[in-house]
Amino acid sequence: MNAPVLDVRDLTKHFPIRRGLLQRVVGQVRAVDGVSLQVARGETLSLVGESGCGKTTVSRCILRAMPPTSGEIHFQLGADGPVVDVAAMRRGDLRGARRHMQMIFQDPYSSLNPRMTVGDIIAEPLLVNGIGTPASRRDRVLELLDLVKLPRLALSRFPHAFSGGQRQRVGIARALALNPHLVVADEPVSALDVSVQAQVVNLLLELQDRLGLAYLFIAHDLSVVKHMSDRVAVMYVGRIVEQAPTRRLYATPKHPYTEALLSAVPQPDPRRRAERMILRGEVADPADPPPGCAFHPRCPYAVERCRQEVPALLDSGDGHLVRCHRAAELTLKGVA
Amino acid sequence: MTMTASRPALSIRDLVVHFEQEEGIVRALEGVSLDAHPGRTLGIVGESGCGKSVTARAAMRLEEKPGRILSGQILLDQGEDVPPLDLAALEPRSRAIQDIRGRRIGLVFQEPMTSLSVHYSVGNQVGEVLRRHRGLSKAAAHDGAIALLREVGIPRPERRADEYPFQLSGGLRQRVMVAMALAGEPDILIADEPTTALDVTTQAQILDLLRRLQRERQLALILITHDMGVIAEMATDVAVMYLGRVVEHGPVDRIFHAPRHPYTRMLLRSIPSVLAEPRSRLATISGSVPHPYRRPSGCPFHPRCPDAIPGRCDTAMPAEMALPDGGGVSCFAAERDAETAAERDARTAAGRAA
Repeated sequence: MNAPVLDVRDLTKHFPIRRGLLQRVVGQVRAVDGVSLQVARGETLSLVGESGCGKTTVSRCILRAMPPTSGEIHFQLGADGPVVDVAAMRRGDLRGARRHMQMIFQDPYSSLNPRMTVGDIIAEPLLVNGIGTPASRRDRVLELLDLVKLPRLALSRFPHAFSGGQRQRVGIARALALNPHLVVADEPVSALDVSVQAQVVNLLLELQDRLGLAYLFIAHDLSVVKHMSDRVAVMYVGRIVEQAPTRRLYATPKHPYTEALLSAVPQPDPRRRAERMILRGEVADPADPPPGCAFHPRCPYAVERCRQEVPALLDSGDGHLVRCHRAAELTLKGVA
Repeated sequence: MTMTASRPALSIRDLVVHFEQEEGIVRALEGVSLDAHPGRTLGIVGESGCGKSVTARAAMRLEEKPGRILSGQILLDQGEDVPPLDLAALEPRSRAIQDIRGRRIGLVFQEPMTSLSVHYSVGNQVGEVLRRHRGLSKAAAHDGAIALLREVGIPRPERRADEYPFQLSGGLRQRVMVAMALAGEPDILIADEPTTALDVTTQAQILDLLRRLQRERQLALILITHDMGVIAEMATDVAVMYLGRVVEHGPVDRIFHAPRHPYTRMLLRSIPSVLAEPRSRLATISGSVPHPYRRPSGCPFHPRCPDAIPGRCDTAMPAEMALPDGGGVSCFAAERDAETAAERDARTAAGRAA
């Protein structure tokens, strides 16, 4: 891997649980509990997991939309720029760092201001950062419209005139206005129809190849993730339980939770109707995680040790990280 | 739709539903025909605006205002020697249709939180259906509710019965919805995106539950979803909808392995797959689903269709061509292909004879 653009070390985000008249803190929701990850120039790391696993909280902390409880977020400002710790930065200093990291949101309907023209929406980051003249900003907006394959006519139109897929292109153009080198995309295609989703997935891949962008891709759809990612990290109750290069993770998962996730994806082929691995119960409550491995109450392979000892995230070779006591002895089923 | 010996439990014939609004008329359904058979699962699939949910709601006469059935029939089987009952002819608020909802046709929606009452415990809500449709006493309904909650896989149902919907997870709420839908012992179950709001492992649990209940109760299951994976896993027969029309229907294996309509073919190719090579591009369909006010002339798919025949597809609406497997396809290009194939076969046969 190239030198990482983003290097997150031991990121933790706890939310206090308050009760009673005095709002005393009676507990902590460990939404993110010691997450480390790296993303290099030109590559996509996907963070996957089910609702409440902490993947979105990780992205919010990286963008400093919320302050982390602890941990370091090393981020390189521009291609040859200095590396800063975003976690330690004061609020006032964040603008300089934020120029280089941008976000694409899930919902193209609520994330665009309906009272602004598409041209103004895309130019807004330039304006806020005091970049260029009105004429140069207009040129840049036209260039961005070309880049995301929207007609130049879109400039003076309002978002409501566009379909979901086109609005998502507007969101992408706005995210790219400042030439960021890290793009955090939180479920960018999950609100779109299949036929439109395919167009946006292809566009994101193409933009990455052309511009050398680093993507942190947050998603729950393992099929989309397979198309988008170089590496995948699977989260469960605030922790990364497995991380590996994409093909390896799908073909030879080493964590039982990953195996269950892959098995649960319905495949678009009636001839592949297989016996699915149906997990018992539900995702653990991050306010009251089970002792030992958080997955053990649902794990078909759990043994006594899993109920008592928290497993560490260990490298089982070639960058395949697994947090499971039994990783070495189990042979799990992937999809290939 | 597909050749089966059984009579359809529910048969929708040429259903037309329009929404008349100030901005114009939305032709939500333009002549939809579908059959749901006992013991089989009819999967209805399509993208937003195709009319799949309008079909489900209209079938139970729950069409939302200003939606209105203009023509067509919704025929509910009444037994061998009795003519079917046309639900389209009933008053939407009549006692007759209210008795059919729940008693003959159960319904499961995408978001259980909006369909369950916040004011009553889940045991009460399931019990209420038992009292209404099966005439059980209060005590018997309470016990019946607990038995049903157990049947749909809710752990410790005696305790859960006293809880309120907000106390349950999304997966458990959806199980409660299924229990309520089945409390009146309907023979038809309509499930509209029943797992779309759920996580993938919970989705697998609910699909498994629906499959088991369908088998045990020989339900005619109508499953509406945008997810081709869910269709492939669950359906016996499939209807593909686009802008208010069924463009193709037939047995699930043929739809996935020998689709005849260009839209079905392209939709299948554009689905991302867990089997794909990482970073591989997806096949795309150009453009997007048109706005319902700007419905194209002729075949509504023609502006996005690679096989469109100029002067034909943009001017006339193709009628349904029946297929040997009992399915059908509405497409001029598919008709032309079928004719070419028939001519070729005829020539080979003639050649062989000579």
